[in-house]
Formats: sequence, C-alpha cells, structure tokens
Amino acid sequence: MKVKLLGLSAAIAGLTLVAGCQESAAPGIEPKVYTDSLFAVMKADRTNYTKLIIKRLGPAGAGSIAPAEHWKDLDNGAPLPAQMFRAGAEGVRELTDEFTYSLQSIWPINKQNAPKTQMEKDGLQYVVDNPGENFYGTETLGDQDYFTAVYPDVAVSDACTVCHNEHKDTPKTDFKVGDVMGGVVIRVPL
Amino acid sequence: MRWIWLTWLSLSLGLCGYYGYQVYASDDKSHFLIGETSVGHFQIELECSACHSEVFGGMESVNESCIGCHAEELEDAHDSHPKSKFTDPRNADRVDILDARYCITCHTEHQPERTGEMGVSLPDDYCWHCHQEVGEERESHKGLAFDTCASAGCHNYHDNRALYEAFLLEHADEPVLKALARKKARNWRAWHQAVHPDTESLSSGSYPEQLETRFDSAAIAGIHQDWLGSAHAEAGVDCVGCHQVENEPVWTDSPGMNSCAGCHTLQTDSFQAGKHGMRLAQGLSAISPAMSRKIFTEESQSLELSCNSCHQPHQYDTRYAEVEACLGCHADDHSLQFSQSPHGQLWEQARTGLMPEDQAVSCATCHLPRETRRVKGHEKVWVNHNQNHNLRPNEKMIRSVCMDCHGLGFAIDALADQDLIQRNFTGRPAERIPSIEMAIKREQEAR
Repeated sequence: MKVKLLGLSAAIAGLTLVAGCQESAAPGIEPKVYTDSLFAVMKADRTNYTKLIIKRLGPAGAGSIAPAEHWKDLDNGAPLPAQMFRAGAEGVRELTDEFTYSLQSIWPINKQNAPKTQMEKDGLQYVVDNPGENFYGTETLGDQDYFTAVYPDVAVSDACTVCHNEHKDTPKTDFKVGDVMGGVVIRVPL
Repeated sequence: MRWIWLTWLSLSLGLCGYYGYQVYASDDKSHFLIGETSVGHFQIELECSACHSEVFGGMESVNESCIGCHAEELEDAHDSHPKSKFTDPRNADRVDILDARYCITCHTEHQPERTGEMGVSLPDDYCWHCHQEVGEERESHKGLAFDTCASAGCHNYHDNRALYEAFLLEHADEPVLKALARKKARNWRAWHQAVHPDTESLSSGSYPEQLETRFDSAAIAGIHQDWLGSAHAEAGVDCVGCHQVENEPVWTDSPGMNSCAGCHTLQTDSFQAGKHGMRLAQGLSAISPAMSRKIFTEESQSLELSCNSCHQPHQYDTRYAEVEACLGCHADDHSLQFSQSPHGQLWEQARTGLMPEDQAVSCATCHLPRETRRVKGHEKVWVNHNQNHNLRPNEKMIRSVCMDCHGLGFAIDALADQDLIQRNFTGRPAERIPSIEMAIKREQEAR
C-alpha cells in the first residue's frame, strides 16, 4: 500500500514538474513591453480625442460640442480629455483585473489624483525631472505584487495648460505646452 | 448504543426535511430571517432569493443583486463613488479599512440596531477614512465634524447632482420662489397624436357594439359615462383594449397590471421598482398598508396596491390619483398637513379651476415626478411611478422637482429641516445651510 502511494505521489510530482516546465517554456511578453504597448494605445487615443474631437468640434472649431468639467449637465457636453482618459480607466477596471491604469499628477486639481504609494511618488517625480523618460519598478499593494510603470503626461495643447492654470483648485499656474503635467501609472499584477 | 444513533439519525432527517420544506416549498421563510431588514427591503425580505441569488455566491453574488435593482438609479445619479474607483490597486489600503467595492459594506442588512438613514449601517463619520485631509486643508471645513458631511445638507455619498460646488455657484442668487414657477406640462395628447396619427378618438363616438350584446346596458351606464370622459376613450382605447389583451385573448372582468403594461410600460416598470410595487416584481402578493411600517388610515389597511388602487377603473382621473388616492392611505403628519400647506392651497385652487394645473403642487408632483424621455421617436412627459426614486436622500428631488419653482438655496434649506418637512413645508426653514456661501467665499478667494 505504502509503495502504491509513493508511486502515485511521484507520478503527480512528475506531472506537475512537466506541466511547470511547459508553462515556463510558453512564449510570453515582458511586463515592460506590455505596459509600453498599452501606453502607446492610451497616448494615441488621448491625443486623437483631444485633436479630432475636442479641438475640431469644441469652441475652437465647429462649436457643436461643449467640453466641460461638468459635461453631464449640458445637453451637448463632452468630457474633457483627462476625464475621457479616466472614464476609460474605470471602464477597463470593470472589464478586467489583468492591468489597471490611472492619470496622476504631483500638481493635481483633485487631490485624490495625487501620487499615493511610494512608487507613484518616485515615478511621478522622475518623469518630471527626466523629460522623455519613463519609470519602472515593482511594488506590493495589499497582498499582491505589481509591475508598475509611470509614463510622462505631456501637455499637447494649450487647452490643457489654460484649463489647469486657471482652475481654482490647481496648485500650479504656469504650465506651458510641452510640459510634463503628470503621469500615467500602469500596473500589472505579477 | 444503537438507539442513540437511530434517534440522532431520525432527528437529523426530521430537521433536514423541515428546513428543506421551508426553503424549497413553503411561502413562509420567516424562520431564516436573521434580523429585521431595512425600510427599503422589508417588503421583500421573505423572498430570500431576491438578494441571495446563489446559495454560496458570497458578497459578489449579493452585490450583483443590489446592482440588478439599483444600477439605473446609480447611473442617473452620476454616482460619485462607483465600484470602479475602489478596484484600482492604489486604493488597496483604503479597501482594507472600508471595502467600498461592495454595497453591503455600508448597507449591511438584517442589522437594525446599527442601521440608520438610507439604510447605512456604518457610523456617520465614514467619510473620514478617505477624506481626512479636507478637515485640515480646506479653510471653510476646519472644525467641522465628519459625522456632518452627509447629514447637514451638504454632501451625499452617491448623488451630488444638486450639491456640487459649480452647481451651487451657478444657482447661488436664485430667489425663494421663481418668477415662473411651474412643473412640466403633460404632453400625452401631442405625443399620442405623433405616434398614432391614424387613431380615431372614441370620446364622442357611439357605444361599442360588442358591449350591447354582452352586458346589460343599464348596469354599465355609469362605466360607459366614465369611460367616455377618460383619456382612454380620447386615445381610441375601447373596452377590449384593456379587458382583452393580446397575450390573453379572453375577456377578463378585472384586468391586472399586465394589461396596463401593454401601453404604459414606463409607468408599470417604475411602479414595480418602488415600494408600492416591489413585491409584485418579486412575484409576491401586492403590498397593503397593514404590511407597512408607516402610519396609514384604518380603512385602508387591507387595500392591496395595484394600478387601480390609485387610478379608478374607467375614470382614470389623474387628479384623484395625485392627491386623494395618496391621502386615502397615508396618515403620517407630513401627509395630514398637506391640505392646509402652501402646496395644498395651490392644489385646491387648481382643483377649483382658479389656477392652471401645471402651477399647482400635488403629492405626486414631488413623489411621482414628471420626467421627459424620448419614446418611439418623440419626446414624452411621463410620470415616474417609483415613489422612492427622488426621495432617498431627499436632495435627489432638488433638481427634478423643487427647482421647477424654488431657488436652489431655499430648496437645500427646506429639505434639511425635518420639522418643516413634517409640517409639509408650512413656514420657512429654521436654518441656512452654509454650502452656497462657502462656495462663493472660496471662489472669491481664488480670484
């Protein structure tokens, strides 16, 4: 009986080992490549929304839509680019927990969007101090390890800078087009 | 020894059989109630599966049930704290303290001893967990206690459509009573004409032939007169339109809600979403005042609520439904004070033809508000029959009802004054809620 049990255990261990080897040998994608790709899509979509929708149809263009912070209260209201980006982030969180992203700043209009974790604080400061560079690291939140990437969020239009500079809750009033205004934080659970 | 085992087995089987019967076959599941449910759910508390849709589904399953009934309401409210705010890992530390991903974290049922207003089962200072910096950083909020955030007429957890700063500023200078004070006017005639242009009105038509052969004309003469004066006759809806609905092609003497739902889908759906009809939505018997926890008239105790409880069959007099029907059952202070209140006086003037109907205020004006929706390609003013839709919290009715006639500041003050509400708004609010002044001051300081 003991021999049979030992044999069975060995067989299970062997199968587990083989399965594990197969798993590790399966083609994968590096977290950095994954988050870089995600950011490329986000950045392209955000830039397109700003230029193709807000600029073209808003007050600076056809004037048929009214981009506004409280856009839901207007019949022709449209979310601001940053709100559209956040709506996407919230929508993604309802669809998957394979990755999350958020838009943050060390000069946030809404304090809830200030960096919170140490990785966010380090990352947001790094992309401000090193224009054109990204920041990568790992952190543990709750009981989960994450690969965390921070990408610079650059003002692509004067609509971004004017709105932020003039908002009564802004802690910074001298943003210029091309400045890093904040960062996109992407997390992938490891 | 054997008899002990036999006794144990018999008792076990007996208990299993008893509780199995209670779970799967009996209508009375009160044995399983682990505590009294809140005012919003006691009507359906014995339909356990309404909330506990899966036996071992856990919090996720219960949450799905909450969303199943309340999703549209939260969407309409521009929910300030949707679940997706808390599924971001950066909020893991907050979720550890207050897991706001789940409705039942704040609205725990069967816990009457710690359940307060809006079915909230947390201590009133719950905002502190995430917003403690506001009390230190915002000058206007220094010294304010965190248990007043949601109880002083300033903030709500879900619905802040009438309370956010930009809205306060936009409506800061409005008077107590607006120059043009009127609610949305009914437009069913125009809508019906646009959607059914070929319909012929029967109001001035002849007696439908099939009735003459089926019923004794004398016996239904009153019914006939009522019907001739009704909107149904005007819209070309004859007897079979209600008494012989499409999916039940047999004459029925007492048509039920299904018959009404054929044309009045928005109304019947909303009726079943509110306290008056939520039992019907769960397949339970209709609610009656005797089942409720509020104060009702003696004579109404056994009345079972359906469409015809408020809309008299054949007359369908909406004026009766707007006030008299309500006061036939509701006998709390707020209801009893209606007729002598300013709103009640306006209603009396409209009832006697001294004032246009859309400038008067009935019970339904506030509790079953008129809303606008595009139906079949045309804008339609319809009555939301969920009497709770804009009531909890009561600031929900500021934009949808109060501001039709009153300025924002007065509306906020009035709805925060519980004594004034009991007097059905006879008199003035005792206190000025400072939120508008605080917003103005902050705006001036920022310039």
